[in-house]
Amino acid sequence: MSAQPKRPNVPSRELLEKLFRTAYKIRVFETEGIKLYRQGLIRGYFHPYLGQEGIATGVCAALQEGDYIASTHRGHGHCIAWGADVKKMVAELLQKETGYCRGYGGSMHIADISNGNLGANGIVGAGTPLGVGAALAAQIKGSDAVTVTFSTDGASNNGTFMESLNLAAIWNLAFVLVIENNQYAVSTTIEESTREPDLYKRGLGIGVESHQVDGNDPLAVYEMTQDAVAKCRAGKGPILIEAKTFRHMGHHVNDPGKYMPADKLAYYKARDPVDRARNNLTEMSGIDAAQIEAIESEIRKEFEDAVEFSRNSREITIAEFEAFTADY
Amino acid sequence: MYRDALREAIDEEMARDKTVFIIGEGIAERGGSYKVTEGLLAKYGPKRVRDTPIAEAGMIGVGVGAAIAGARPIVEILYVDFAMLGMDMLVNQAAKFRLMTGGDGRVPFVMRTQGGTGGGVAAQHSQSLEALFYHIPGLKVVMPSVPADAKGLLKYALRQSDPVMFLEHKHLYMTKGLVPEGEHIIEFGKADIKRPGKDVTIIAWSNMIPRALEAAAKLAEEGIDAEVLDPRTLVPLDKEAILTSVAKTNRVVIVQEAVRRGGVASDIASIIQEEAFYQLDAPIEIVAGLNIPVPFNLELEKASVPQVPGIMAAVRRSLHLAPAAIAAQ
Repeated sequence: MSAQPKRPNVPSRELLEKLFRTAYKIRVFETEGIKLYRQGLIRGYFHPYLGQEGIATGVCAALQEGDYIASTHRGHGHCIAWGADVKKMVAELLQKETGYCRGYGGSMHIADISNGNLGANGIVGAGTPLGVGAALAAQIKGSDAVTVTFSTDGASNNGTFMESLNLAAIWNLAFVLVIENNQYAVSTTIEESTREPDLYKRGLGIGVESHQVDGNDPLAVYEMTQDAVAKCRAGKGPILIEAKTFRHMGHHVNDPGKYMPADKLAYYKARDPVDRARNNLTEMSGIDAAQIEAIESEIRKEFEDAVEFSRNSREITIAEFEAFTADY
Repeated sequence: MYRDALREAIDEEMARDKTVFIIGEGIAERGGSYKVTEGLLAKYGPKRVRDTPIAEAGMIGVGVGAAIAGARPIVEILYVDFAMLGMDMLVNQAAKFRLMTGGDGRVPFVMRTQGGTGGGVAAQHSQSLEALFYHIPGLKVVMPSVPADAKGLLKYALRQSDPVMFLEHKHLYMTKGLVPEGEHIIEFGKADIKRPGKDVTIIAWSNMIPRALEAAAKLAEEGIDAEVLDPRTLVPLDKEAILTSVAKTNRVVIVQEAVRRGGVASDIASIIQEEAFYQLDAPIEIVAGLNIPVPFNLELEKASVPQVPGIMAAVRRSLHLAPAAIAAQ
């Protein structure tokens, strides 16, 4: 079950460019976001997606308008890959009124309901039942929408993981559970957390088609998700995908991650998902270095503009806050 | 009957709105442990009336997710005690979502469940846990005491957009009462005077309403005219109705089946003393469950929660009637 799907034909330049753009945009957002955090412009928690970009990038490229995603506490990458407006994301992190949640949610709660992003989540594992619920709503409404929940290795040891995946299975829901196995639950290793670190096997035990993929290979993730999504739309869901990956740093900005072995980190950095997306684009589409540089500077500029926009945005007033919360 | 009124509400709303659906344990073919959902499977089919495995956290979470995605789920949880397995989904997800998303995300989710003592089902099937939900901003808490309220409030619950804890009482399912047919809708936050009176206000809800009314009837024989006020929804709470009644009677007895410690009665008492202190002619009396898990033994179970004589005694105390004075009457 863990074999990766065969590449049907050479991927299009359009797809390869999309994958690179997304992965790079996430990389820029996180790298520059951390700088803003260190400057004290972003408060609260900031869980970087650095090193895991290949997963959100590949998965979201296989989805279409009308589908749903549910995310995790480490959710910036999912939002960006889903097509979020970087301006509204930065504004949210800077607690501005122009942010996705008008400054009420912050990094761990960015959501965009009307566009199918059910939101990041501060409770590890909560996105799984919520995503299954969205898939159930789609089935009841008779829509062909597919819901993807991005989950984690840490969340897979939580009770609702099995409860909700089982519900998706008995009801044949159009649901894809993507386990981003970055091999750490904060600082606890996957080997300490379970006797069976190949987490895709958990789906097999309850009759769910399950696969494993290299999470640092955006193209492989895309192809596997495309296959899963097609099956879901044909009524053959749910499907579980375990994407193996590794963080580039600690659990959040203020966690130095000293517990992460240097050799393992080096191994995964050598398989950097953004580099792979860039290499795929240059090798398979023949795009040249100048064009790559043009794309990169365009994305960096988009982020700079977003910061500028956010700095110039106002915060919610106390009067607005009181009006908004009056009926609680 | 109360259970028929609930069924009527669900039936009418399912017919009206195709996104209303219900999931729970044994609710489809079996019609639910309290027969509330009987006949709905035949009428609306297995897509909208579904049995679930025993997975309360999962099914509550799935209901919340479906609500976020624009459907109107009813999740039936057999006992409110079992809802504790799904508290993360209620407290951290459903209740928080609207604020966390700056108002864009709504959760039109209804959890129907039942609580309270009744016939020796012991400590894990007898709790009254409304205070836990009352404490969480973002949740609505509804506790109907009569069939007509059960129908009107449930219909309203299925038309508004916030998560609703719809707490029924296991003792009330078979109780009878007139229920208006068709479009009978009761907005949240509107208390109902179940018995008008002028001497003392008894505030009670759920299964304490029949007991308060029985106490009031007996007190009437003693010449005491008690008003019985049923808030019907604890969140939102109809403060105006409570303060209006207090202004009339100047005396208050609050009755709750839930344990006394940290209960809703204490909070209502606090609101009254804060807003109507100078209208009170006596200390506010609270008659509540003992601060213990409910015992199995039927006599002990009875002793653990408010009974009619206890309510009557509290009313007399609030009227400054010493036992001797009562005997002399």
